[in-house]
Amino acid sequence: MASEQLRLRAGGAVARRQLVSRVSRYLFLGATVLGVSILGFLAYDTIDSGASRLSLDFLTNYPSRFAEKAGLRPAMYGTLWLMLITVFSSIPIAIGTAIWIEEFAPRNRLLTIVKINLANLAGVPSIIYGILGLTIFVRFYGMDRSLLAGGFTLALMIIPMTVIASQEAIRQVPPSLRDGALALGATRWQAVRHNVLPNAIPGIMTGTILAISRAVGETAALIMIGGAAFIHFDPGPNLADFADPGGFWAGLNESFTVIPIQIYAWTLDSRREFQANASAGIIVLMTGVMALNLLAALIRERFRRN
Amino acid sequence: MTPDATAAESVQRADPIRQPPEDTVFRLQDVGIWYGNKHAISDISLNIPVNRVTALIGPSGCGKSSLLRCLNRMNDLIPSARVEGTVEYHGADIYARSVDPVEVRRRIGMVFQKPNPFPKSIQDNVVFGAKVNGIEGSSGEIVERALKQAALWDEVKNDLKKSGLELSGGQQQRLCIARALAVQPDVILMDEPCSALDPIATLKIEDLIRELVKEYTIIIVTHNMQQAARVSDYTAFLLAQEHGLNGTLIEYGPTNEVFTQPREQRTEDYITGRFG
Repeated sequence: MASEQLRLRAGGAVARRQLVSRVSRYLFLGATVLGVSILGFLAYDTIDSGASRLSLDFLTNYPSRFAEKAGLRPAMYGTLWLMLITVFSSIPIAIGTAIWIEEFAPRNRLLTIVKINLANLAGVPSIIYGILGLTIFVRFYGMDRSLLAGGFTLALMIIPMTVIASQEAIRQVPPSLRDGALALGATRWQAVRHNVLPNAIPGIMTGTILAISRAVGETAALIMIGGAAFIHFDPGPNLADFADPGGFWAGLNESFTVIPIQIYAWTLDSRREFQANASAGIIVLMTGVMALNLLAALIRERFRRN
Repeated sequence: MTPDATAAESVQRADPIRQPPEDTVFRLQDVGIWYGNKHAISDISLNIPVNRVTALIGPSGCGKSSLLRCLNRMNDLIPSARVEGTVEYHGADIYARSVDPVEVRRRIGMVFQKPNPFPKSIQDNVVFGAKVNGIEGSSGEIVERALKQAALWDEVKNDLKKSGLELSGGQQQRLCIARALAVQPDVILMDEPCSALDPIATLKIEDLIRELVKEYTIIIVTHNMQQAARVSDYTAFLLAQEHGLNGTLIEYGPTNEVFTQPREQRTEDYITGRFG
């Protein structure tokens, strides 16, 4: 009735619903703060113990019995070459697989099985990939404990992830673009090449970079196939080898170490100085991973604006 | 005139399906379309005349878009779709085993309901189809000719490098028409080309359709009966039967006859807005 003034204060059921809403808000805030603060504490602790060891010498020295002389040089070379091998061997396979699944494969039971397998493979512990790499590359193909064997093993590990990320990116391309191209008399491949891929590339690249940043930190699989900790040369082809295919090939077949294996080896030494080295190694590794993630974010942003 | 002939004539006049006397581009014989177990349309026999606008009308779900998409084998892209009967294009069965859908689609262009320019420049949009089909000629000429045909040239000639997505909806749709024309097709299929456009943009597309039909055969699906009446020469009315779920051809003939003196009660009910 008009005589009674309308009041819109929350009461009864509305008040109860609003209470739940307000409480949930603080619960979620709490979850976020908890996760971030633990990470923050870890980062602080690592920097606190390792920052003093960071220097140019630390990056350019070979491993040593003396903690203050030990450095990451071979590990950094190893990581760099390993990542190059991983990227160049996994990306064509992964993108090709994603294109086949999304664009060409008949929609039948076989495809469903392939898809389920890919999803499962992405969740397999990395040590299993290490065993696989050891069996196939190191033993069966006789690659020994080489950069190539390591790179191929990591490639196997990140292919499922990269395939799934690429599939996702391809699926994001509106079907109307594909239909538009096909209706103009383009073949399947022309539609994929000119209309689907250009629009899926940012997503594929971000997914790939994130997979690589996982491979950069991979330890278990590489220890399994025999990445060594103490190496007193630079793994991989040197500058001079770029002009000499034989030397280049020999470089790819050298034994190797990587940053995470080096860190692991240092943590096994109980002396405080080596623990500091491990922390400094983590700082170097984390900086690299963060740079990769930043790159992925930049690519995403850049393409979103276009 | 014998009484028999008169009787035959009156029977013929009462037949709601009047195949046009002109040369035909498409001859459909008992065409049915299935999506898995769903029978979308059945038993459609229809001749589509050359250099005319033929409109397919009918309520939602009557299968008119399905019918349109089966004319350039776009239904192939739906995994569960199946076409039965024969669809002849200039006498060739386009569903014959030896037929390559790419050969079909380059001759029978298509414009979609929602304008779908590629996220590329205006000129790249137009040139795309011509290039993938290996059509000779300089890009500049192909672009200019197609855009002029689509009545878009004057509006965009100074920024051909601009993205197609920056155009207005009506301009985008005309860009899609230009893109289809650049492939030098023979037929253009239009699937409710104006349903996403405002009345002024719609009018421009309708004028364009009347212009294009001098050189091309156009088949247009439309929800809008005034549009069908304005642009088409022939109209086919499809309807999904009340109990059976599949769409069938109820009436077909010259547009003015279908609209002013329909031979089927259901056609009259639909075009006077009693249902649909």
